[in-house]
Amino acid sequence: MALTKVFVPGDAAAVSVGADEVAAAFEAAGASVVRNGSRGMLWLEPLVEVESDRGRIGFANVEVADVLDLVSSRSHSDLLNHPGCVGVVDEHPWLTSQRRVSFARVGVVDPASIADYEAHGGWAGLRRALSLSPAEVVQEVTDSGLRGRGGAGFPAGIKWKTVLETASELKFVACNFDEGDSGTFADRMVVEGDPFTLIEGMTIAAHAVGATEGYVYVRSEYPHAVAALRRAIDAAYTHGYLGADVLGSGHSFDLHVRVGAGAYICGEESSMLDSLEGKRGEVRAKPPIPAISGLWGKPTAVNNVLTLCAVPMILADGGAAYAALGTGRSRGTQVFQLAGNIKQGGIVELPFGVSLRELVDHYGGGTLTGRPARAAQVGGPLGAYVPASGFDVPMDYEAMAEAGAMLGHGGIVLFDETVDMARMARFAMEFCSIESCGKCTPCRVGSTRGVETIDRIIAGQDVQANLVLLDDLCDTMTKGSLCAMGGLTPMPVQSAIKHFPEDFEREVAPG
Amino acid sequence: MTTAAATDRVALVRAIAQQHLTERGPLLPVLHEVVEELGHVAREDVEAIADVLNLSVAEVHGVVSFYHDFRTTPPAAHRVALCRGEACQSVGAEELYAETRGRSADLGDGVEIAEVFCLGNCALGPSGTVDGRLHGRLSADRIDALTEGWR
Repeated sequence: MALTKVFVPGDAAAVSVGADEVAAAFEAAGASVVRNGSRGMLWLEPLVEVESDRGRIGFANVEVADVLDLVSSRSHSDLLNHPGCVGVVDEHPWLTSQRRVSFARVGVVDPASIADYEAHGGWAGLRRALSLSPAEVVQEVTDSGLRGRGGAGFPAGIKWKTVLETASELKFVACNFDEGDSGTFADRMVVEGDPFTLIEGMTIAAHAVGATEGYVYVRSEYPHAVAALRRAIDAAYTHGYLGADVLGSGHSFDLHVRVGAGAYICGEESSMLDSLEGKRGEVRAKPPIPAISGLWGKPTAVNNVLTLCAVPMILADGGAAYAALGTGRSRGTQVFQLAGNIKQGGIVELPFGVSLRELVDHYGGGTLTGRPARAAQVGGPLGAYVPASGFDVPMDYEAMAEAGAMLGHGGIVLFDETVDMARMARFAMEFCSIESCGKCTPCRVGSTRGVETIDRIIAGQDVQANLVLLDDLCDTMTKGSLCAMGGLTPMPVQSAIKHFPEDFEREVAPG
Repeated sequence: MTTAAATDRVALVRAIAQQHLTERGPLLPVLHEVVEELGHVAREDVEAIADVLNLSVAEVHGVVSFYHDFRTTPPAAHRVALCRGEACQSVGAEELYAETRGRSADLGDGVEIAEVFCLGNCALGPSGTVDGRLHGRLSADRIDALTEGWR
């Protein structure tokens, strides 16, 4: 059988391990190639899928040398006997046991095709939203229980209601796509693999709050996502989903992409707003909140990528359907990202409440090195280190807070037993000193003093006294910083000291 | 740089700034384009941009100095940027970064080794970019292979 159609992910992670070269080889061999997003099984990338009447058959870790072999396969059994074959991808247990909502189309559709998006349920949420009043749309989102996915977990419906009820001739929606936390890549993957979902979510948000202009703030480290999004926005304009008269509704909505410039702090919403305005990305004092006075002083709905990507489904299927998933006050699904020293890294989307252990052991397959896991950092560089003995904690906002940790953006970075936790604590302070916007002293100066103090502890100088000093410094940073950068940097530091005191009190050889 | 070249440069920078004048908050897009076209933001660029956008030189300078992307010196011939984020550290990124910095001269003439904090490739670390292209599962050997043409 001649290969008709193959899917080679154009996702940046797949490209980082050779997907572009593999795609070029398939094209040279005469196959029709679709550059889909990644299925999120990143340890299998490049994961090539070959269309067949039994479904799309996957081949893991494909190299250019494998291409001719696959192209010349004569039969299904030839294909299924290929050493890298993982079977029909849609039937892969790693995927079938998940509950893909935000990632339902990622890896499945052609992200360059607006027709493919519509064929897979796209635009149904926007069509329904346009038939409702703004207040009804806000109510639907409130009923869904959707909370901000950027890390803070603020109820999206309440934020939108504030923007809707603040009178202004000009309002904005702004998408925070400055996904700078190490261990997180879900925003990137959903935009690269299914960019129209974000456009649809933002257009619904604009209708709900009465905004006519939107900005997506993307970090410059994500050039593949910028390209995918710009291409999709152009197509959405061409087909009338954006512009002066969205789908003939009379609503006007213009969407712009703005690229950041390598400053981690711009993921903090008020610095992001200043950066969008063309200024230094310095944190603003609140109040006023952005919902009342945001971009250029106008009411602005600021939401994370995954928050906005949940909106089309909520409008299409109703808020109650979304609220039926999850646990307690954490409704819907959470996109977990398995990263770091992990055998099977990637995207796991499940209702809230799954345990960290199940994610790390069952989905992640343990550490990449095969050594015992020692710790996981959950929620990015400002998140706590959880010791392996604490992996039974359920992953929802409240349970994590109770355990002295935070869910953040759902990133999980696994470390094996060789990790030096004093060094990780030092890095948390170092990172803060490099990336602090400099506005408040506890963050700007405290982080540098933190590095110095941990250096003295590592060197074995007055360890007990310096640990007390460090604790005091952390307290000052927590209470005296304007935003989460200075306010949460103590979280990884203090959790490391609490759970791994032996790493801070080592005997240091004299001399 | 000759006087004629300097004049050309300023004219180009002014033209870039002019193109973005109708946008809201155009400074970052302008600076990105200057770096893309000319490699870095020079002192005379700051003055030209400030003039076209009706900002003070201090305001533009403040923005240039705030963001890592807006370099003020010409770029090296080649650049390797290695991720030092926690996820990459868990698979040996700090050692790879230190070792690569130590042997940058061996990789070729005019090679810059830079640090970056997260490229969003956290399940396939250590990650980095080689002349702007993203690579995962990097090692010293892999960097040697990717930079072979530089020597």
